[in-house]
Amino acid sequence: MSIKTFDEINEKIKKGKAVVVTAEEMIDIVKEKGTKKASQEIDVVTTGTFGPMCSSGAFFNFGHSEPPTKIAKAWINDVPVFGGLAAVDVYVGATERSETKGIEYGGAHIIEDFVRGKSLRLKAISPWPTDCYPGKELETFFNKETVNEAYLFNPRNAYQNYAAATNSSPKTLYTYMGVLLPKFGNVTYCTSSQLSPLLNDPYYRTIGIGTRIFLGGGIGYVAWQGTQHNPVKDRNKKGIPLGPSGTLALIGDLKKMNHRFLRGSVFEGYGISLFVGVGIPIPILDEEMAKFTSISDKEIETVILDYSVPSRNRPVIKRVNYQELRSGSVEIEGEKVPTGSITSYLRSKEIAQILKEWIKKGKFLLTEPLEPLPLDTVFKPLEIIKGEEA
Amino acid sequence: MKKKVVLTFPPKIVTQPITYHLVKDFDLIINILRAQVEEGETGRLVLEVEGPKEQVEKGLKYLEERGVGIQAVARDINLNEEECIVCGVCVSVCPTHALSLNKKWELLFDKEKCILCEVCVKACPARVIEVAF
Ligand code: SF4
Ligand code: SF4
Repeated sequence: MSIKTFDEINEKIKKGKAVVVTAEEMIDIVKEKGTKKASQEIDVVTTGTFGPMCSSGAFFNFGHSEPPTKIAKAWINDVPVFGGLAAVDVYVGATERSETKGIEYGGAHIIEDFVRGKSLRLKAISPWPTDCYPGKELETFFNKETVNEAYLFNPRNAYQNYAAATNSSPKTLYTYMGVLLPKFGNVTYCTSSQLSPLLNDPYYRTIGIGTRIFLGGGIGYVAWQGTQHNPVKDRNKKGIPLGPSGTLALIGDLKKMNHRFLRGSVFEGYGISLFVGVGIPIPILDEEMAKFTSISDKEIETVILDYSVPSRNRPVIKRVNYQELRSGSVEIEGEKVPTGSITSYLRSKEIAQILKEWIKKGKFLLTEPLEPLPLDTVFKPLEIIKGEEA
Repeated sequence: MKKKVVLTFPPKIVTQPITYHLVKDFDLIINILRAQVEEGETGRLVLEVEGPKEQVEKGLKYLEERGVGIQAVARDINLNEEECIVCGVCVSVCPTHALSLNKKWELLFDKEKCILCEVCVKACPARVIEVAF
């Protein structure tokens, strides 16, 4: 029943004739023209998000030193990095903290500094030298020009919706959702709502394994479903999950990225995270995709959770939509509570805009997923098992 | 001498006429630059105190004894707009709405409303808000 295929849309893109709009622009277009006409006229809708994504990191390959030394235990700018791979590969985890500066500098900042072209200090020890890797330690500097491969490989990004946070207790809480002021002092939320990639393709009809995307200012790909991918979350009438659900594992060439869309960040009293810019193009294959991409803040709902309860099952304070959240305040127990975003809506919009320009200019073609993302996996909790029961 | 200070009043003493005593008992000239005082909450005053050095010191000591927190003033809060990622985290913690987002979702900083509490400095994940002394 498709009215357009990926190939047809790509032909138009190559000729510079594709009609591309952002997910924000699509709302009014569908309101004005209806889904049928919009699906005929619009070829691609671009989405964007720029928020902290803790489950991120990057692989680096340094090449071999003289004498050859296995980089078994390693630090970059005093931040421990993972060397339990072949000799000179390491993985830098975004949330790892500096042994000298604590949370003020960490893995995410290494990634940002690398992208900025800065020189970084590598220190490594090889506690078990071998005949093939006789060196015992090394200390040197590296940058974008000197390393072999450097690629971002984020196990979980672009969460499809997220729960908002508040705090009913008399104590200020320091969380990955920012500072939560006592006695419902504020509410924070963390998605780009109507611009967010997976909220515009709620059942992953066009976004799947192999999808080419905007990642950190460069080009990346969807590598897999993200960790904790949970598509079976309860959904509202529009198909929007009411809280964290689908996720994506993303990969892309770090050397071609831009620090405007990849930033180290510090959440007071919590730790480090990486702000990642992600933009995904959605082909308007038919009327249903036009309808999905016209979703607006009012139709996207989430729940506000009380973070003062230290449990994985935090109580729901209330259900809200993003129009309310983005208005600046929501009502809790009869009081107006100020809301604050964590995801940058402005920069999310900039990403959707840049991706739109890339496609319009014929610089960026769409990819049909090689495999769809699962629609039935469940996010399981970790049960603490004693002794040999397992 | 002239001295700029930020005073923090615990809720209990917010309603006491403390600045009045500074004028009357210590003969100081007081200029209130910014104030955020609400009953039942921690109050903040940014003050300029003027008078002979000895009197200024005595006056401040009197405040301290009354449980008022005293900080020498940070001259300014500086926001590096170039590096700001416009996340909005600072907006929800700023007690006076000196920091806000406009309709276009751009960050606005109204220095007139800032009471130099520095809450935003620690809250900013991109570390682009600084205290300039
Ligand atoms: S918290 Fe920092 S980076 Fe975020 S909007 Fe405020 S000043 Fe900008
Ligand atoms: S220091 Fe920051 S948080 Fe405090 S009033 Fe000024 S702008 Fe607002």
